[in-house]
Amino acid sequence: MVSPLDRKLARDLWRIKGQAAAIGAVIAVGVMLQVMMSGLIVSLGETRDAYYSRYRMADIFAPLTRAPDHIADRLAAQPGVSTVQTRVTGRALIHIPTQILPIQARAISLPDLGRPALNDVYLADGRMPEPGRRDEILLLRSFAVAHGLHPGERLDATMNGARRSFRIVGLAQSPEFLYPTPPGEFVPDDARFAVIWMRRAGIAAAFDMKGAFNEALLTLARGADEDAVLAAVDRVLKPYGGSGSYARADQLSNRYLSEEIGGLRAIAVGVPPVFLAVAAFLLYIVIGRMVQAEREEIGLLKAFGYGNTRIGVHYFKLILIIATVGAGFGCLGGIVSGRGMVIVYTHFFKFPFLVFQLDPASFVSGVTVSILAASAGGLLVLRRVFALTPSEAMRPPAPPSYRHSGRIGAGLIRFLDQPSRMIWRRLTRQPARMLGASFGIASGMALSAGMLTIYAGFDRAIELTFAVLDRSKLKVSFVHPVGEKTLLELARLPGVDRVEPVRYVPVILRNGQFTRRGALTGLPRQFELNRALDADMRPIRLTGGGIVLSSVLARLLAIRAGETLRVEVREGRQPVLEIPVVGIAETLLGTPAYMDLEGLNRKLREPGRVSGAALMIDEARRDDIYRALKGMPVVAGISLKDQARRAFQKMMDQGAGATRFIMGAIAFVITFGIVYNAARIAYAERARDLASLRVMGFTRAETAYVLLGELAVVTLMALPLGTVMGYFLSFGLAALFSTDLYQIPAYIQPASFGQAMLVVIGAAIVSGWLVKRDLDRTDLISALKTRE
Amino acid sequence: MTSLDQHQVEAGTGSGHATMPSFTTRGLTKVYGEGRSAVYALRGVDLQIPSGEIVVLLGPSGSGKTTLLNILGGLDRCTSGEVFFRDRNLTAMTDAELTRYRRNHVGFVFQFYNLMPSLTARENVELVTEIAARPLDAAEALALVGLKERTDHFPAQLSGGEQQRVAIARAIAKQPDVLFCDEPTGALDSQTGRAVLRVLADVNARLGSTVLMVTHAASTAAMADRVIHFADGEIRKVVRNRTRLPPEEIEW
Repeated sequence: MVSPLDRKLARDLWRIKGQAAAIGAVIAVGVMLQVMMSGLIVSLGETRDAYYSRYRMADIFAPLTRAPDHIADRLAAQPGVSTVQTRVTGRALIHIPTQILPIQARAISLPDLGRPALNDVYLADGRMPEPGRRDEILLLRSFAVAHGLHPGERLDATMNGARRSFRIVGLAQSPEFLYPTPPGEFVPDDARFAVIWMRRAGIAAAFDMKGAFNEALLTLARGADEDAVLAAVDRVLKPYGGSGSYARADQLSNRYLSEEIGGLRAIAVGVPPVFLAVAAFLLYIVIGRMVQAEREEIGLLKAFGYGNTRIGVHYFKLILIIATVGAGFGCLGGIVSGRGMVIVYTHFFKFPFLVFQLDPASFVSGVTVSILAASAGGLLVLRRVFALTPSEAMRPPAPPSYRHSGRIGAGLIRFLDQPSRMIWRRLTRQPARMLGASFGIASGMALSAGMLTIYAGFDRAIELTFAVLDRSKLKVSFVHPVGEKTLLELARLPGVDRVEPVRYVPVILRNGQFTRRGALTGLPRQFELNRALDADMRPIRLTGGGIVLSSVLARLLAIRAGETLRVEVREGRQPVLEIPVVGIAETLLGTPAYMDLEGLNRKLREPGRVSGAALMIDEARRDDIYRALKGMPVVAGISLKDQARRAFQKMMDQGAGATRFIMGAIAFVITFGIVYNAARIAYAERARDLASLRVMGFTRAETAYVLLGELAVVTLMALPLGTVMGYFLSFGLAALFSTDLYQIPAYIQPASFGQAMLVVIGAAIVSGWLVKRDLDRTDLISALKTRE
Repeated sequence: MTSLDQHQVEAGTGSGHATMPSFTTRGLTKVYGEGRSAVYALRGVDLQIPSGEIVVLLGPSGSGKTTLLNILGGLDRCTSGEVFFRDRNLTAMTDAELTRYRRNHVGFVFQFYNLMPSLTARENVELVTEIAARPLDAAEALALVGLKERTDHFPAQLSGGEQQRVAIARAIAKQPDVLFCDEPTGALDSQTGRAVLRVLADVNARLGSTVLMVTHAASTAAMADRVIHFADGEIRKVVRNRTRLPPEEIEW
């Protein structure tokens, strides 16, 4: 038998279903985010770990120029080293008949027999190359899929200047190419980056590495000191052109994945509590209002002998139901959206398998935390229930006192008609409460404005990268730094309007204990195509012989202008240089370290050397230029800006950046939830007054004015507040969405704030319309009967 | 002006504005619910209420008197039958027309006062005077109910009787043709209750408003020109008082 209190509960719930749904939705969104994000973190993390361990991903990567095979034994003998696998790798260009431009690829050796001891491949299709067959290759699966290539087909590639034809025998994936990005770019593009695996004998012949290797992979023994091993490896390989070993954490593909997981974790930790706090606040208001309206019933129940606990439990159940149902839907939503997100992730991270795994802890914590947050809101209300005595509760409460509010704005109020005075006094009677409502709406607006700013920031980042900083049409990279003669050759090509040299030098920057791996960018003093700009879009002046650091990098290295930076060059003769920091610039994007090209080359004692060039070309002669570039042996790769831009845009829209659309939708849900609740509460508190107005002969519009006027004022007050909050929130969100690899600027645009205001005003209008509809339907008689 | 000429009221035997009746109803029926669960609040009420009289609707709770009041006041609609206010058919009016009717012709006084807590006594009255066609001055209306001194107080600062008098001042400030009072003294003690009834009688005398009062206190009937006894949704009898008792002499 259902107790009468429980029946009351069911009816109460039905009565406040709109608000309960709004609060439940806010809770659901919070829990959904948590379940989804935690699930993704677990899925990505565990899949990565399983993949790495099953395919024996190396702990340490050590590239070098060339070392005889027996050096591997010396590496293995270093303390802390568990396994060593040497291999030969090289750059290759793949020729696809339909493409004019060759596609950049990496060629990697497989042992002549069996599988690699480290960084094994996952064979998705076909078979391994037969030992001794120099023309058989495995091809990176994502590339094969993008070009419709299958095992059994042939593929032409240039390695070390010689063009050869290969037979694809299998399609493979590898834990070191989870995130296959073309060299020099930072977003994956399946069609423009390939990996070729072939037996060692074949690749050694192609790159002239017989009996030698140019990369060592190592794993660490249990408990080994990674830094010590890195140092030991560098010592061993130094005579062989070791360009600096690095740990797995610095391996590019792994780093991207770690960044992604880190970003998800930041959102999972930071965002759901906001939702739950909002829900707790709303519950406090709604249940508080209900207890106020039901004080008579509460008094009655107490008079009957119901204890505080029984009555408390009754209201608590209401909270519990809303929280639990909300959290339940959140869990379901989290599973569904998590499954969806996993599909998105498999487009970007090339796992052989990626199953959305739930994090059971996220269910428990999601549900528990929602209930706790909701209870926190509810408990404050229950205190008021307990404080009521039966007799007190049975008396109608005295009309709320407006005595003090009468004084506020006494001068102004003379000019208002009575309905406006009602609005004014309501607002001034409990200014804290009204400000609270405004603050709530402002938070919603700030979130919307912040998200819209982030949208603009993403577009801005793309615009800056591909239109403002880079004004070239295409970029050419060379196999090794070349002399100015090559530039002249490029400039002479018909259709090439301008050639601008660039020199990238991989370096390790050190200042005391602070270290960053990166590159020095050498630019001509008068740059036009490849530009270094500060945050105010002014060209950064590059003076002779010194480094200009981006402010972010300067902060990371804890260095100021005038101090000297230790620069360990990781190519060529690998000199260690002491270079003064001559300037620190607030750069537009990224964390570059600039030098003027001449000064850089002087320091390196390699005058006139460049590693690449930015080209401005005549579109009409594009194909001729491509063909000519293809024929130049020093050209290692050609990157078309438009292609790179498209890849970037695609990632922003579909990949990691896509979370911003989810967040945007959520911002809208929250904003609407808060505004709607504010309207509902205002209506509930005034239902009787409004009915009285109608009885006195006020028209619907005049009555609605009293209610909606209040909502309008609260909403309008929220707009400037929301603007200020949104401004600051934008910077926080920009930091949240930025990673080490790309920065999203807080690109404050009036339009973003205007749109956020429209969202709030739109939510207010819809909410206003919904309560107005109820107001119009009010049964005047019953509204008057309820005494409050 | 501080109070009305009480003598006039006490001496009168009914105000005698026997021109066109205020209200005429024909076969007025109100049913709540449908089918088996249908409840008849009014069962074919035929009634004429003359202008300018004080009419008391008397009956046990649930007898239909409040329903009748609500329908006459334009707060509710009947299920069948017709209601005329003077020559205008309330039954045929749209919502907007009913609103205009309430606005221009009708004043209400309720058991629980229904004041706007955020407005002072004077402002509560002004709420009505701002929209009425030919209002009294708010101060005058408050003086009529003997509240000249407390016009700037908020409801929370007023006693129950004072609040009810503000409610009456608010109702009469528009100089209504009809004043509807639903248990106006229901929440008041006897002394305050009598004072409130005195105000109603004064208003009737001074403004000539028809006063229609619902009550279950039989003694109140003594101050009326006409007493309509209600039971089970029907008029049982209508009694015309030869003399009206001044409210001060009513037994409580």
